[in-house]
Amino acid sequence: MSVEYTHGQSAHCESGVVSNLLRFHGMKFDEPMVFGIGSGLFFSYLPFVRLNGIPVVSYRIWPGHIFKRFAKRMGITIERQKFSTPRAAMLELDKKIEQGQPVGMLTSVFYLDYLPAAYRFHFNAHNIIVFGKKNGRYLVSDPVMEHPTEISFDDLARARFAKGIPEPSGRMYYPKKMTGDYDLEKAIWSGIRQTSDDMTHIPVPLFGAKGMHYLSTRLRKWPKRLGNRTAILWLGNLIRMQEEIGTGGAGFRFIYAAFLDQAGSILKNGGLFNASRNLTKSGDMLRDFAYYAGRVCKDRKSDTKSFAELADMLDRCARQEQEIFSELYALSKSK
Amino acid sequence: MKENQVPQDSENLNEGKLAKLYYATDENGHYVKVNSVGWEPETIAMRQAWEIVEDGVEEAREKVINGKASPILYYMKKNIMTIPMVASYVGTLGWRVRLDMLPFFFNRVSKKRMERYAFTFRITVDELKNPEKLMPSNER
Repeated sequence: MSVEYTHGQSAHCESGVVSNLLRFHGMKFDEPMVFGIGSGLFFSYLPFVRLNGIPVVSYRIWPGHIFKRFAKRMGITIERQKFSTPRAAMLELDKKIEQGQPVGMLTSVFYLDYLPAAYRFHFNAHNIIVFGKKNGRYLVSDPVMEHPTEISFDDLARARFAKGIPEPSGRMYYPKKMTGDYDLEKAIWSGIRQTSDDMTHIPVPLFGAKGMHYLSTRLRKWPKRLGNRTAILWLGNLIRMQEEIGTGGAGFRFIYAAFLDQAGSILKNGGLFNASRNLTKSGDMLRDFAYYAGRVCKDRKSDTKSFAELADMLDRCARQEQEIFSELYALSKSK
Repeated sequence: MKENQVPQDSENLNEGKLAKLYYATDENGHYVKVNSVGWEPETIAMRQAWEIVEDGVEEAREKVINGKASPILYYMKKNIMTIPMVASYVGTLGWRVRLDMLPFFFNRVSKKRMERYAFTFRITVDELKNPEKLMPSNER
């Protein structure tokens, strides 16, 4: 059983799933538009939350929020379900496929055997779409892959009921009602306003551009404070959070710049295109940062000088983003 | 990042299964989509993360062979899990898993719990009980 469904590749899994599901329901939204209207961009550094002993750094908003915000702004009602047993979850999925409804769901990357082995850590908030079943295997549209793939019943059941933080608990979702009646201009501006506000105005130094600045001051001290091995390990983690699968390069900055570019041409607003250009520059700086950090990791030498240089680079990015998003905030306020 | 600057480093860990999507600018500064097969810094960071995992697996393997720990420790490391994760998969408590990692307690694990462990690690009970399997250097 499968339906007429076209797969589109995207950089980030959540915005990609939303974009693909909407296309099925006849709404054409490119991934950057979903990411921007859903206010996906962010920065947070949480030194007191550790995963495997490494502080959490994130270049985007918490999982699940992009879809939530996007749906709110575009007047879409989403049906969400969660289950207590794999059996119930898989039965419900079969029912939905039978009805011809592609379903988005949360999975753990560890059990998705179509991905390259190197990516398969226990990351429990990966979004995929299941849109059909053929010979007992599920047809999967994973937005980060170029083409649709398939997965066995057992692996999918395990992936949907992985343990750890967070637990997917078989969560699945699909749009229930599409109004088809929305104010695109208003949605774009409120998306921009929220992101620029979050990036510049949160009075805690761990979030937004302030968070980047704070991380740069901490980064400077890593070699002295942690010793060679751990400093390198933490730096490597920083690169992975910024550049690994699902970021579209430079920690989502390029996706957001693409959104500003598209929004600028839809609304015919030169200010947005200008902001897109500036954000591209800031993204390029982050890429340089990752490049030099990669060099340091490769040499396995964490001398204070190279870490100080890296910290300077990150600090420059922080300042530039503070500027860009302040301007964007003023722009969105005036609308 | 310009369209033609999107890295295509052939030495990567993607096994040819994946070419990620990037957003890059054309000559007018507008964004287009470009696929990339890999980028060196990312590959370095990823390889480094796997080295830590492999070190842990190797350490656990030696402990099991020397009779200092039960195979549960080895399979936990091999599946990149932590004690709370294993406990939650098996449906027991962390201190129980900790005890089961000692050979003395491992030999007294109930049949039912042993099956839960084997299910969690995606192996058979026989494989789990046979630490001799770990003798030769294993593949990942």
